[in-house]
Amino acid sequence: MSGGVDSSVAAAILVDQGYDVIGMMLRLWSEPGTDSVNRCCSPEAMAQARQVSAQLGIPFYAIDAQDVFFNQVVDFFIDGYTQGITPNPCLRCNRHIRWEFLLHHALAFGSDFMATGHYARLRHNNSRIQLLKAVDREKDQSYVLHVLNQDQLAKAVFPLGEYSKSEVRQLARNYNLPVADRPESQDLCFISQGDYREFLQRNSTLTANGGLILNTEGETLGYHQGLMNYTIGQRRGLGVSSRIPMYVLEKDQANNTLIIGERELLGRDTLWAEDVNWVSIGLPADPFQAQVKIRYKSSEEPASIYPIDVGKVKIQFDRKINGITPGQAAVFYQDEICIGGGIIYASE
Amino acid sequence: MHNNSIIFLDFASTTPVDPRVVEAMMPFFDQMYGNSSSTHQFGQLAEHALEESRRIVADYIAAKSSEIVFTSCGSESDNLALRGVAFAERDLRGASHILISPVEHHAVSNTAIQLQELHGFEVEFLAVDQYGIVDPDDVDRRLRPDTAIVSVIHANNEIGSINPIGEIGKICRSRGVCFHTDSVQGAAHLPVNVDELNVDLISIGAHKFYGPKGVGVLYVREGTPIYPILTGGGQEQNLRAGTHNIPYIVGLAKAFELARSGYKARHNNYIQMRDQVVNEVLETIQDSKLTGHPTQRLPNHASFIFKNVDGNTLLMMLDAAGYACSSGSACKTGDPEPSDVLTALGYPREWALGSLRVTLGQPTKPEEIDGFLTALPDLITQIRELVPH
Repeated sequence: MSGGVDSSVAAAILVDQGYDVIGMMLRLWSEPGTDSVNRCCSPEAMAQARQVSAQLGIPFYAIDAQDVFFNQVVDFFIDGYTQGITPNPCLRCNRHIRWEFLLHHALAFGSDFMATGHYARLRHNNSRIQLLKAVDREKDQSYVLHVLNQDQLAKAVFPLGEYSKSEVRQLARNYNLPVADRPESQDLCFISQGDYREFLQRNSTLTANGGLILNTEGETLGYHQGLMNYTIGQRRGLGVSSRIPMYVLEKDQANNTLIIGERELLGRDTLWAEDVNWVSIGLPADPFQAQVKIRYKSSEEPASIYPIDVGKVKIQFDRKINGITPGQAAVFYQDEICIGGGIIYASE
Repeated sequence: MHNNSIIFLDFASTTPVDPRVVEAMMPFFDQMYGNSSSTHQFGQLAEHALEESRRIVADYIAAKSSEIVFTSCGSESDNLALRGVAFAERDLRGASHILISPVEHHAVSNTAIQLQELHGFEVEFLAVDQYGIVDPDDVDRRLRPDTAIVSVIHANNEIGSINPIGEIGKICRSRGVCFHTDSVQGAAHLPVNVDELNVDLISIGAHKFYGPKGVGVLYVREGTPIYPILTGGGQEQNLRAGTHNIPYIVGLAKAFELARSGYKARHNNYIQMRDQVVNEVLETIQDSKLTGHPTQRLPNHASFIFKNVDGNTLLMMLDAAGYACSSGSACKTGDPEPSDVLTALGYPREWALGSLRVTLGQPTKPEEIDGFLTALPDLITQIRELVPH
């Protein structure tokens, strides 16, 4: 529970349905030496969650996950930038913190299921459980849940999946619960001050190792401040004078160079993803058609998915798309079913 | 749903108010609601109840009525004792040295530390043995001509150990130094006789012995140099201003009376159950230790540490399993730190974070203890598996 409207209403629905409910909140790592706290579990959020739990007549427990969160998520985040990718810590957190560490605690506390305020649905289809998009497609969070396996899904409950956000707000009012949103889980909750670049400077040994900015012809256009400071598709802050807008096309880690070019060069129609999880289906033998999201909030693009190796796929889009970013997840859908997804590691 | 059948094994944190105490208090809310300082008959009735309560408390600790100061809680009593005596002794004779044990309740230790940080006093900590017990000879060695006050906890809340207050008091008295003891835990279970304990000041809180929260006592021996810290009207021999909280004071006196009568019989019953808890826990759980003294401890108090167990998770899992217990590092925000007391005893972090306190009370039944002792080992095993070390 976060103290926000979604998890509070999720808890209220379950209490209403007669479940024996306990509230849990994760105490996550935050940067030492700063006044700030992790935004997912600030004292205000915790007090709010405690109040909501008391109002619902359920016990509430704050679980210390600071060490495991640092080791599994923060370290991974720093490592990712060290390797020149744009890591997605929320996926990592969902897989290892929420749906492993917290789920194991919930089960040890005698629970049969773990519910969250995520907007997603589950459907039992023969022997498998399928992850479906939420009825409210604007709020759908199946993207971050694609990392779950069947054992985890068997324990998962998503009470909000059938509701629209406005219905959830109305339910909150009916239950006399707080209606304010907590920050989206997509935020980098553990960064206390400034943006991720300053965080990396404070918390990693990664030094901003400057290098050349090249165009696709290999001509030098300027100098960068260290590759970790740039992300694919970035236009502002390149410090390169040009008549036409230039975008980051590629971060060449091996040569410590930043490749930039015009907007139309950003378009790619092929990507490769690893660490693929087939959340709703068995291991596919043949290529298939799907709609693919390359970021949590990106639109779906039609593509062909080619399983190429254990845990790897090649994705061929029907048209060129912008903003394919190594480290982010490509998630595949067929209509409302979330088929699976993997971490992008290359594109062309 | 909140578990209504949850078993309370945390009677050192607080106790339910005895129905006889509630009954004694009730008329003073809406019938005899006078201000004890008033001249009229409403005031006289309130004053009578106040002085009767004072007499009851004084009798049970072998003090004079005029030596009893009613406060709002044990912490306030500790604050009044330390601040009041420290400032008075500095004015009277330039004394600025404060001697306390490292296992004091925070009401004492944080008060002493503030006196050091903001008011120029010097705080020195006594040594304790592995059980958290102070050696009277160590007090003797550390006493100085400029010592303003010595404060040693009677029975420790966290580890249950009982200090040799009478012997320490004897030494302080022979050296002419004021001696305070926090007996907030002790007074619920142990004889409290101000002359046998050789104390100048004792803190007591009602809610540890089936009285209401929000009322306490500070015993102040006649002639003790002390300033008030709450100034205003002249209540409580000018030592504690504020309109008397008559219903709570009546409740404290009634609860103290009930606690004092027949405590020896309860004592033996508690010790039997406590020792069952101690023996079985140490027997059935690997890497477990008793904290505090095996016998020189509160009769209702068992406390442990478990290696590589997160004490907070243990408390939450026990709660979910239907047992309300406590620990030395009780923290409801999921931000565990080893307690000062366990740190003072020298336990390393991987032990000190895994503390558990089980304290018995009048409603505790043997079958509840049996159930608890059955549940605990499994929970410890599960926690060790949850966070492998």
